[in-house]
Amino acid sequence: MAALNTILYLVVFPGILFLFIYSTFVEWFDRKVFARLQNRMGPTHTGKSGLLQPIADFVKLMAKEDIVPDKVDKKMFTALPVVGLAVVLTAGLLLPVWNIDLAVASPISFPGDLIVLLYLLTLPTLVLFLAGWSSTNAFSILGGTRVLTMLFGYEVPLFLAVLSPAVLAGSWRLAEIAAFYRAHPLLILPNLIGFGVALIAVQAKLERTPFDIPHAETEIVGGTFTEYSGKKLAFFRLMADIEMVVAAGLLATVFLGGFGGGFISAFAQFIVKTLFIVFLLSVLRAVTGRIRVDQVVSFAWKWLAPLAVLQLLIVILIKGFVL
Amino acid sequence: MKFNIPIGPQHPALKEPISIRLTVEGEVIRDADLRLGYNHRGVEKLAEEKSYVQNIYLTERICGICSHSHSTCFVQGAEKLLEIVPPRRGVYLRYLVSELERVHSHLLWLGVAGHEAGFDTFFMYTWRDREVVMDLLEMISGNRVHYAINTLGGVRRDIDEPLRQKILEGLKVLKARSEYYFKVGASEPTFVARLAGVGRLTKQQAIDLCATGPTAKASGVALDVRKNDPHDFYDEVEFDVPTADTCDVLGRTVVRIKELFESYKICEQILQKLPDGPVAVKAPRRAKPGEVVSRYEAPRGENIHYIVANGTDKPERLKVRAPTLGNYAATIEMLRHGYIADVPLIFAAIDPCICCAERSVEMIDARSGEERTLRFSDLRRMANERARTLPLQRNVEWPL
Repeated sequence: MAALNTILYLVVFPGILFLFIYSTFVEWFDRKVFARLQNRMGPTHTGKSGLLQPIADFVKLMAKEDIVPDKVDKKMFTALPVVGLAVVLTAGLLLPVWNIDLAVASPISFPGDLIVLLYLLTLPTLVLFLAGWSSTNAFSILGGTRVLTMLFGYEVPLFLAVLSPAVLAGSWRLAEIAAFYRAHPLLILPNLIGFGVALIAVQAKLERTPFDIPHAETEIVGGTFTEYSGKKLAFFRLMADIEMVVAAGLLATVFLGGFGGGFISAFAQFIVKTLFIVFLLSVLRAVTGRIRVDQVVSFAWKWLAPLAVLQLLIVILIKGFVL
Repeated sequence: MKFNIPIGPQHPALKEPISIRLTVEGEVIRDADLRLGYNHRGVEKLAEEKSYVQNIYLTERICGICSHSHSTCFVQGAEKLLEIVPPRRGVYLRYLVSELERVHSHLLWLGVAGHEAGFDTFFMYTWRDREVVMDLLEMISGNRVHYAINTLGGVRRDIDEPLRQKILEGLKVLKARSEYYFKVGASEPTFVARLAGVGRLTKQQAIDLCATGPTAKASGVALDVRKNDPHDFYDEVEFDVPTADTCDVLGRTVVRIKELFESYKICEQILQKLPDGPVAVKAPRRAKPGEVVSRYEAPRGENIHYIVANGTDKPERLKVRAPTLGNYAATIEMLRHGYIADVPLIFAAIDPCICCAERSVEMIDARSGEERTLRFSDLRRMANERARTLPLQRNVEWPL
């Protein structure tokens, strides 16, 4: 039974199959919201209201010719999309969506899994940098350096913002943090500053407007992905979609009380809460223009980092005087 | 580490082929160079073989955005050569289309600026509202892009009272929307952060480098043919020449939006004062020998047509100087010391119309970097020489 459970967990829910289907749905949702905010229709053609469009895009890219340029490091160029996808899928497994017994530490929920999840979410950035750097194309190299430059901006504020609810809950374990906020719903409110900081940092991590600098098409063509085509590009796009689901799931777990109750209830909460966060990210994407990479770093250190520290201070004061 | 980045001739930021070569250090541009000549079309040569009437429609096709600018500029000059004066109603309608074209061109530019700055929502909105003015132009002339409303001695179509009302209503909608864009363009933080202080061109530089149009106006130089040389119409309407002193892309945006309001003002005055009478007079076919320089304030700046007549029904020579050509020298100055991220914005801020400006063939030796300008006869001689001396290719056989 345990073996069957593990296989189900890895392959079906919330493993590869679920993450694939749900991430394509989230991409559709994001595209639709973005399009409606821009007075456009968004995908309409494939499936009902264009629901199958992201899957159609994926299948189309998989069928395209796969070109590996002569000058690149072929092993690294080929391995990077797979590594990136594997990393985000692994990160997806750590989300506490299965009804987990809080008393038992298991391979998928253990004290400190918050840190592991944050670490796994940092790896795709490194993968993107290496992808740009190993492409040996002027545009890719610029894209790769922009990926790393941005990382120095948003990573610290993101960590600080995500850790402060954990400090308040007194646990490094995602399931326990979520359970704490379900037990004390009012304590979600003091974390709102952190929630805002984390939303903006996640937007930067996902490289979406106003932070779509590494692949700003009007400046550096495809940026990191300039040389990528076919299956490898499909994998990178899927990686970005799943990363969005995982990041939204992480924010929902630590800031919005996670996903409690039985399987059905947890599943419904997961869908609603992640879609809510994706909706916020889509609105942010629609109402802003792209900023410059130096503006990202100065914005992150002038505003995001101090706000995250303020959030940490608030949490420490509450923990000291109220609880 | 310095390295070279080619922007173009094919690049997502460029709608038409031009090559910008940048020497960059990290994200900072140390040097910039423009290479032209990817889009030679032979318009001027063709104009020598067509009659004055045919040339109206040829010059209209020099540009797809400011089509009316080129045909009006040509018609203004040709009318002087043919010694005819168009009736007042014809003149008013001609410049009504001119101002509506300026509105559509500036709205288009706002959208492009939004897109170059990664602000696609702005792009979608401005282009949606641009449809209003496109519809008005279609109602007036029958076409959305090449209006073909000019003719020698006036315009080809008249407007009636219901259409006049419709244009006034359309202008009201456009005015309200433009006010909104003024607010967004000047206050959305990410957008302003990208535009302010980018692509600096001081007043002195703008004068020295012969910048024109909104590029010059944004550097505080009130250069506008409509005011400086109001040909036969613009002294009859009230309008201002908006300028800005910020000398950057934000200034160019603001100037363009303010120009929109001036254009609405002019359109309203035209529709109020519209005289009665015919819209055109009959024009003779031949022009007496002579020459004329015709100037016109296109949406992008000063457009100049130089026409030489030789007594036949065809011009001896037609020389077109599109406003984009006047702004290239200033562009290189603006690009220096900027960031790579600002290149599309700076370049887009002159509202480049590359196909308008392309004239000569310039050859660059790939090995030595040596440049020389070639005439068509040289090209033909080179081609013949090459064909004679070409070594016989192995395995090449006529298949049949």
